[in-house]
Amino acid sequence: MSTLTENRKPAAVRAKAVPAPSVKHAEVPAIIHSASIHPGSLLSISDLSLEDVASILESADELEAEPAIRRAERLFKRRVSLLFYESSTRTRTSFELAAKALGADTSLVSAQSSSIEKGESLKDTGITLRALGAECIILRSPFSGSPYLLAQETGLPVLNAGDGMHEHPSQALLDLRTILQRLEKNGKVSDKLLDGVTVTICGDIFHSRVARSNALLLPRLGARVLLCGPTPLLPETAAGMSHNVSIERDFDKALEQSQVVMMLRIQKERLAGLSVDLEQYTSRYQANAERIAAHAPKAVIMHPGPMIRGLEITSEVADGPQSGIEQQVKNGVAIRMALVLRAVGEAAKTGKGKGR
Amino acid sequence: MAAILIRGGHLIDPSSGVDAPRDILLNEGRVSAVDAPGKIKHAGAEIIDAKGLVVAPGLVDIHVHLREPGQGYKETIASGTAAAAAGGFTTVCAMPNTVPVNDSPETTRWILAPERGASIRVFPIAAATRGSMGDALTEYGSLKAAGAVAVTDDGKPILGDAIMREALTTAARMNLPVIQHAEDTRLTGGCSMNAGALAFKLGLRGMPIEAESGLVERDLRLLAQVKDARAHLHVAHLSTKAALDAVKRARRNGLRVTCEVAPHHFILTEEAVSQYDTRAKMNPPLRAEADRAAMIEGILEGAVDAIATDHAPHAAHEKEQEFERAPNGITGLESALGLSISVLHGRHRMPLGRVISLLSTQPANVLCLKGRGSLAVGAFADVVIFDPAKKWVFKAIDSRSKSKNTPFDGWEMTGQVLTTISEGRVVYRRS
Repeated sequence: MSTLTENRKPAAVRAKAVPAPSVKHAEVPAIIHSASIHPGSLLSISDLSLEDVASILESADELEAEPAIRRAERLFKRRVSLLFYESSTRTRTSFELAAKALGADTSLVSAQSSSIEKGESLKDTGITLRALGAECIILRSPFSGSPYLLAQETGLPVLNAGDGMHEHPSQALLDLRTILQRLEKNGKVSDKLLDGVTVTICGDIFHSRVARSNALLLPRLGARVLLCGPTPLLPETAAGMSHNVSIERDFDKALEQSQVVMMLRIQKERLAGLSVDLEQYTSRYQANAERIAAHAPKAVIMHPGPMIRGLEITSEVADGPQSGIEQQVKNGVAIRMALVLRAVGEAAKTGKGKGR
Repeated sequence: MAAILIRGGHLIDPSSGVDAPRDILLNEGRVSAVDAPGKIKHAGAEIIDAKGLVVAPGLVDIHVHLREPGQGYKETIASGTAAAAAGGFTTVCAMPNTVPVNDSPETTRWILAPERGASIRVFPIAAATRGSMGDALTEYGSLKAAGAVAVTDDGKPILGDAIMREALTTAARMNLPVIQHAEDTRLTGGCSMNAGALAFKLGLRGMPIEAESGLVERDLRLLAQVKDARAHLHVAHLSTKAALDAVKRARRNGLRVTCEVAPHHFILTEEAVSQYDTRAKMNPPLRAEADRAAMIEGILEGAVDAIATDHAPHAAHEKEQEFERAPNGITGLESALGLSISVLHGRHRMPLGRVISLLSTQPANVLCLKGRGSLAVGAFADVVIFDPAKKWVFKAIDSRSKSKNTPFDGWEMTGQVLTTISEGRVVYRRS
């Protein structure tokens, strides 16, 4: 039957920000989550075209270079809410500093000191923030996909600051900026910009939203991504994420091919019964001075933080000349200024969602 | 109750092999005559004109959650059976995972009491173990006497070998089927969708196919050990090719095993949750395309015994949560016929009579519901009249169910129910 076939596709894509293809007969389905996703949102790195990535990077450069006073006029007195259901140092502070640098007022709601503790739902928390004038919500949540729910329920631009094991798109963008700076890739963003570059992501890939966002983004710019880690932390299905992503369980072999190495923390809070022998893990996957000197003496060493020194990385490497870790943190503010501006600024005014 | 004469329709009754223009007379709650058009005369009968329509046995759903006792905010027996009637069903079998669990004759009788306001026939399925805890069997004899037609711990599979063997053995003596929700929960802790590349990408823990097929295989080994020809295992909401293959093998070896498949498992794939749409979250989860295609193939080749909806209503506030927090389940009673006709008859050219059989005659046979799923003279006057070619758009908001959690909202379907008659009473009439 043809009409049902035709209706299947729109049903699957209906919540996307891009306009769905026209649905024959059926009206726009009345979804429980009734609003559409605001185009200023960033929920998954896959939402961004390469042109979007280019303009975010350009905007980050521009904002970083701008005199602070002028920059603070960009979003003067606009309201940005940070909704953090999980603890965070870098992401929260850099989003907050980014919004404030643009002149916005920020308010922070965290799980421990709000009505979330009393059982208020994400939907109601979002609607409350919207009623209080929030024009954008930056969400960190332990639940994969929660930014989709918040974006649909509020109609506001939502920036995903890390959702469960799913994604951390702003991290992937600041990592990209760091990689481009360190490898001195000054060309135009394209699917060939990182041709010939191999990036190893090593550690607890299964629980890592950083790994997912990077593994989805970097191959689109031409890079090859090697995932490295023991089977419980790196299932074979991970290689199916994107083209140009493969698994290399031998860390030394991966290092020898890599210009960039991203180390990840073992997420003890998400292990949920998995047992990992930390001593064995350290001997196989730790980025230490001897290993890096032997197998990747020129590679850029990165880490999204928080680091557990002595476990996945040693101080010699984290603080050494190959480390890009501090630069990553600094880039966080520039990238997040660009994302907040994209969400709230003039460009975001077209196609506003419900409740605006 | 006045007699009803349905005239001018095309009668499809898989139980008697009729697929032809026939008039049918319903009297005293039973089918009293079936004959060529114009042949039946009955003074005083209400006449229903079924010209251009199909007249079929009322549909039988052997897997629904009516939520009473205890969760009337999701559904009541009254609202759930009203939804069933609107979907063309005249018989539903109610799963025991209520609050409290239906593990006693008292609860079974409570469900059957006229005060519940059921508009069609409800057959309770009782818990196989006390509290569905998997430790000690319930009283199968007294549960059957109270009206239960099968036993199951649906939603909480029976994992222990000894207790499952005991359930199969004891149920066999009572001539009751044991229905298993086949999920090895030791492999699915914290999981909210099908395992695979998409689950990895979405950052969701996935239920492996083996969690289903492994438990089906275990159950079939146990069934083979029970030396009683009456022992009958029914696999609920089967969703994987591996499990279906196991059922087919066991059947070839002479075991008495039956299985059901839900419309969502032969129509949707895991892609439906790629935007974390909780309306497509259910257990077993939507699988990959290969498994969906295997369900269609199994239905077409006759390996699947019944279509059952696993109608599982949940309140809006429960579904509008983070994906991993939202409960499993979708409603299904009002979309099952339209979806089945659209996909099986429309797309895969299955004769309409076989679609009807999968939705009425066969499920009635699986649970030995005598006089159901049939329009033979003497059978219960359970009838659905539908327009097999009518295209319509299913809207959740119009549902008679208390809950609207369906991924099929807004879908255009072919085949619309116009009248449903339960034991001689018109219980639904499309206005």
